[in-house]
Amino acid sequence: MESGKRVWFRLRSDRRAVVCMVILALEVLCVLLLPPLLGLEPNVTDRTAGFWAAPSAEHWLGTDDVGRDILARLICGGRISLLVGFAAAAINLAVGVPLGLLAGYRRGAWEFWIMRLADVFQSFPNIVLTLCLVSLMGASVLNLVLVLGLLGWPGIARLVYGNVLSVREKEYILAVRALGGRTGTILYRNVLPNAVAPVWAALGQRVGRAILSESSLSFLGVGIRPPQASWGNLMQSASSLAVLTGRPWVWLPPGLLIVLTVVCLQILGNALRDAMDPRAARKER
Amino acid sequence: MAQYIRRRLITAIPVFFGITILVFLLVDLAPGDLTDLMGEGAAGETERAAMEAALGLDQPLPTRYALWLAGLFHGDLGRSYHYGQEVSELIIQRLWPSLLLTGTGVVLAVVIAVPLGMLAAWEPRGGWGRLAHLFTVFGSAVPGFFLALAAIFLFSVKLGWLPASGMYRAAGGGGAGDLLRHLILPAGIIGLSNVGGILRQTQSACLEVLGEDYIMTARAKGLRERVVLVRHALRSALIPVLTSILTHIPHIIGGSVVVERIFGWPGMGSLMFSAVSGRDFNVIMGVTVVMALAVLLTSLLLDVVYGLVDPRVRYGER
Repeated sequence: MESGKRVWFRLRSDRRAVVCMVILALEVLCVLLLPPLLGLEPNVTDRTAGFWAAPSAEHWLGTDDVGRDILARLICGGRISLLVGFAAAAINLAVGVPLGLLAGYRRGAWEFWIMRLADVFQSFPNIVLTLCLVSLMGASVLNLVLVLGLLGWPGIARLVYGNVLSVREKEYILAVRALGGRTGTILYRNVLPNAVAPVWAALGQRVGRAILSESSLSFLGVGIRPPQASWGNLMQSASSLAVLTGRPWVWLPPGLLIVLTVVCLQILGNALRDAMDPRAARKER
Repeated sequence: MAQYIRRRLITAIPVFFGITILVFLLVDLAPGDLTDLMGEGAAGETERAAMEAALGLDQPLPTRYALWLAGLFHGDLGRSYHYGQEVSELIIQRLWPSLLLTGTGVVLAVVIAVPLGMLAAWEPRGGWGRLAHLFTVFGSAVPGFFLALAAIFLFSVKLGWLPASGMYRAAGGGGAGDLLRHLILPAGIIGLSNVGGILRQTQSACLEVLGEDYIMTARAKGLRERVVLVRHALRSALIPVLTSILTHIPHIIGGSVVVERIFGWPGMGSLMFSAVSGRDFNVIMGVTVVMALAVLLTSLLLDVVYGLVDPRVRYGER
């Protein structure tokens, strides 16, 4: 297990990782602080500007089909998209890590049934199941987070499971067991820290995937519903040719923000993996 | 070998039941049912009860599940509320366009990803390696719908080369050329958005193989580099590459559902979307269960093929 300080040091010396961290931090700060600071009103119609106004000094990205400021909606939509991404990934972890630990450590029936359950979930194209659940339960931010969170656990569980299988055979685990440690304590204190490293790296990818799923569904009108904005449903109007060709400032910024965010998350995730396990990183090169 | 196959089949049985139970519960526990839709507004208590009895909705949950499962074994998935057709018929109609679209997409992805992954493993720091890196970073980060919008913007609107929706022209279409023109954009997008994943796994599989001793032997024998790469490296990397393609299948199907919807492609994905928005429960259950069972079947076949090809697999499993 690498100490946190050394991981941080290595991460800091990776230039690309630092750039990605700064970009992500800026995004989070912007969506959190700008709305209250600037008094942004994403749902208010500006009658003087009118519908579909072109970018101007007052509305940097113009206005939408009912005269709402697109920049304000972009910033507030970022709140929802980032929230859905991070919250769903957190639920992925909260469900996947314990199940992976149990399956790998207890083996036997636990292993069989948990892994079969993972097989069941992984047989479905993720977006199809999400689509069904979200539209049947009703589209809301909470439902979307719950569904994306509860469907994405098998990948994490498999990662943890694979690691636990090798960790449980190590001598130090045998030593703690011989000393009479309780299973729960061993799992938490000894197995978990040694098996969890690749999960932190997968986390970046998870957040990115959740953001992509959310935006795809919202774009198609079955995720976050207007008037609530998200990066996906801001692009919805681009399914009309007039907007697609005549007003690229409507759909290009949210699309580019999604790409930028997901790319940064991925690079950061990989950098974190390399920082935690420098030997593996060197071998790969 | 027979024992290995038997063992593999036994693990697939609980997964099969898990899939069917999940699909059934998913739709059954959702708020609202068919009587709400069919008897909108007018229906009173007695009509509603009669309707429930006619649809079998008054039975307890396990009975309904058993009936649905029995139907599934007979290929009977019920009737679509919206289309008035048998669901199985609907699915068969939509299967061919979906297979055509997704299949072409997969072929495109493989044709780009496998050679590029191999070259990138061979020369990680050269131009190929860099190109591959770009693909892996951006390939999975650009949402399919954004790519679709950009492609429609460029190829359909600005250049006017390719149609932006449908499978055939509305009037006078129908030939193979027409189909091909409609296929290029959606299949290209499915292909492009899946290059990243397959590429990364091909690259790491080839990297591993290139480090093996027999590659060094082959080089020391003075074989040409091309022969070393294709005959010795790619051959042994083929199994992990095949696995990576097949493990991507659920992901690929998921992506093509979105692409079908955007391009108005008359496949299973579009069917799914219209069923979900119209709450056509039998269609939702039918399509999801067929998709999941297809994935289960592929993984099962794959494992059996592995067992046949590679004896290590058979002995490795407890």
